Amino acid sequence: MSEAIVDIKKLWTVFKNGDKDVVIHKDLDLAVQRGEILSLVGGSGTGKTVLLRQMLGLEHPTKGDITVLGKPVAELGRVGAASRIGMLFQQGALFSAFTVLENIGFPLRELNALPLPVIREAAMVKLQMVGLSPDAADKMPSDLSGGMTKRVALARALIMDPPLLLLDEPTAGLDPDSSDSFCALLRSLHKDMELTVVMVTHDLDTLFELSTRIAVLANQKVIVCAAPKEVVAFAHPFIHEFFLGERGQRAMELLREYPFTV
Amino acid sequence: MNFARFSNTYLLQISPVLTSPSASPSALPPSESATPRIEELLEPQGRVLRVLGAWTAADLKGKADWSALQTQLAASSQAGDKGNIKSNVKAQNKDQNKDQNKNISQAHWDLMHISKLDHLGAQLLWTHWGRAWPAHIEVSPNHRALIETVARFAVTQPAPAGFNWLSPLANLGGRMFGLIDHAKGLTRLIGQLLLDIGRLIRRPQDGPWQDMSGHLYHTGATALPITALVGFLIGVVLAYLMSQQLKQFGADSFIVNILGISLIRELGPVLAAILIAGRSGSAITAQIGVMRVTEELDAMRVMGIARGFRLVMPRALALSIVMPLISVWTTLSALCGGMLAANAAMDITPAYFISALPAAVNVSNLTLATAKSVVFGLLIALVACHYGLRVKPNTESLGQGTTASVVTSITVVILVDALFAVLFKNVGI
Repeated sequence: MSEAIVDIKKLWTVFKNGDKDVVIHKDLDLAVQRGEILSLVGGSGTGKTVLLRQMLGLEHPTKGDITVLGKPVAELGRVGAASRIGMLFQQGALFSAFTVLENIGFPLRELNALPLPVIREAAMVKLQMVGLSPDAADKMPSDLSGGMTKRVALARALIMDPPLLLLDEPTAGLDPDSSDSFCALLRSLHKDMELTVVMVTHDLDTLFELSTRIAVLANQKVIVCAAPKEVVAFAHPFIHEFFLGERGQRAMELLREYPFTV
Repeated sequence: MNFARFSNTYLLQISPVLTSPSASPSALPPSESATPRIEELLEPQGRVLRVLGAWTAADLKGKADWSALQTQLAASSQAGDKGNIKSNVKAQNKDQNKDQNKNISQAHWDLMHISKLDHLGAQLLWTHWGRAWPAHIEVSPNHRALIETVARFAVTQPAPAGFNWLSPLANLGGRMFGLIDHAKGLTRLIGQLLLDIGRLIRRPQDGPWQDMSGHLYHTGATALPITALVGFLIGVVLAYLMSQQLKQFGADSFIVNILGISLIRELGPVLAAILIAGRSGSAITAQIGVMRVTEELDAMRVMGIARGFRLVMPRALALSIVMPLISVWTTLSALCGGMLAANAAMDITPAYFISALPAAVNVSNLTLATAKSVVFGLLIALVACHYGLRVKPNTESLGQGTTASVVTSITVVILVDALFAVLFKNVGI
């Protein structure tokens, strides 16, 4: 369990805003171990999503190294990316010109190795695995509800069974019922597929229900990265405000009810 | 897993990748050990099919891997002693015949040496087994669970609908309805525009003047360089071509008449209209289309803002103001080009050109050209708005809408120009 899937060392991210340089990350270190669900939390503007995008190679850090699955991000290249990392974008980012099934099977089709019936069947398996009925297969993304869009996007991210899954606000914009079932789904997939998950979330319920570890971003670095209970106990103004406010107290009840076993 | 059981077995050669019979999976070179494959062994208790390699989507690297795997799967379903290997891809996905199923279920499947298995690999095996567990199978609990997950979700695909002979007819009918729909939409748009203009006249202080001035700038002022360039070059080309012909008849001075009439009456307005249709028509469609995609149109509706009044009318009015101006500008630069080219090719001096022009071109031509341009501008804006409002909230529809908008508005411009030419054939010539 000590193998690091994602290893970030001495990361600097600097954005140019007019003439001024805005430092987002400063000597940031973070390691994601195999099999864990790591949540990134932090105030807005602390660069959580930026960090996620840097792990994907969509953005490049100013300084520092990011190693994903044992290789520097820059060397990973584009070919076969879908079999290494699955990404669930906040808005789903489904291809609006394709049906649901075509969306899910798209990474497989790009491999150019398998015949179409096999791809369709594989997509069908994933479609049902994320809790959608086969009837949804021929719908267009514009006909889907928010929760369904997220599920389809998750199925697409998982089609190649990547070992690492990144989630950007997985339950944002979902009603409580859908977010609960989405959490349950993620939990069961995590167990079944031996996934390593990194997620950015503001939703305290999701945070406590899923995370095995929480990394808190503040002051341009990770101030604490530990099990939820230890993070809550950590003394820092942001943590106090974020976790021990009224909403935080309510969500903490969950934490006491569910001891963490993954 | 007891290796001694396989000690006195011999290996049936199935695929070229196979190694010597004594090789155990761990001894295989890494490049071969990752390729998904099946080894067939003959043992005292019967045929043993040993599944080896990484059965994952990522390890099926190309069509060659896939067809090799198909060959092996097909071979595994043949009786062991026949040894004739026929790849029949379709048979794998359809119901296999009884004989094959019997062969599959009677063989001993050994999945203990598989190095990696994902849902796709599990699906391939499950489909191959005819969606049932073989009678004799050795598999690790993890992989069994994985295959069971896939088995739970495997569904029979409905057969794709066959070719329907009526469908071409239905398509034709559908297209007719589409055409009628477009005509209806355009009529409605024109009616709405008239109502909106009426509203503007009654209460001009409430009009969207700021939007309009923005559109005037974007469709008009920014289009000046490109229209000038194109007009100038067309003028030059026309003058050179004409000069070749006119020289033969010694009718050099008629270049003024030809250029004057053709540029002022026809080419200037049409050229400007085509350029604006391509430039601003597409922009309007894309703009309104994106507003649909991002639900801005719905937001406007919810706030009770009439989209005809705020979106269509400012654009239509702006274009019908801009169009005659751009048309005059294009004509002027085309005349400039023609004048310079005539000077170079035939020694017709600019001074003569300018003095002869009023005599050659009747003023009514100018009126006609301006009136035509107003109509062009209005039509381009209406067509662009029409297609923009019909965009559905997806990227494909946005692209189609923009293309259709440009093609339609250029066609409409040329059609209307022909109509003008026929209707006013006695005016100004």
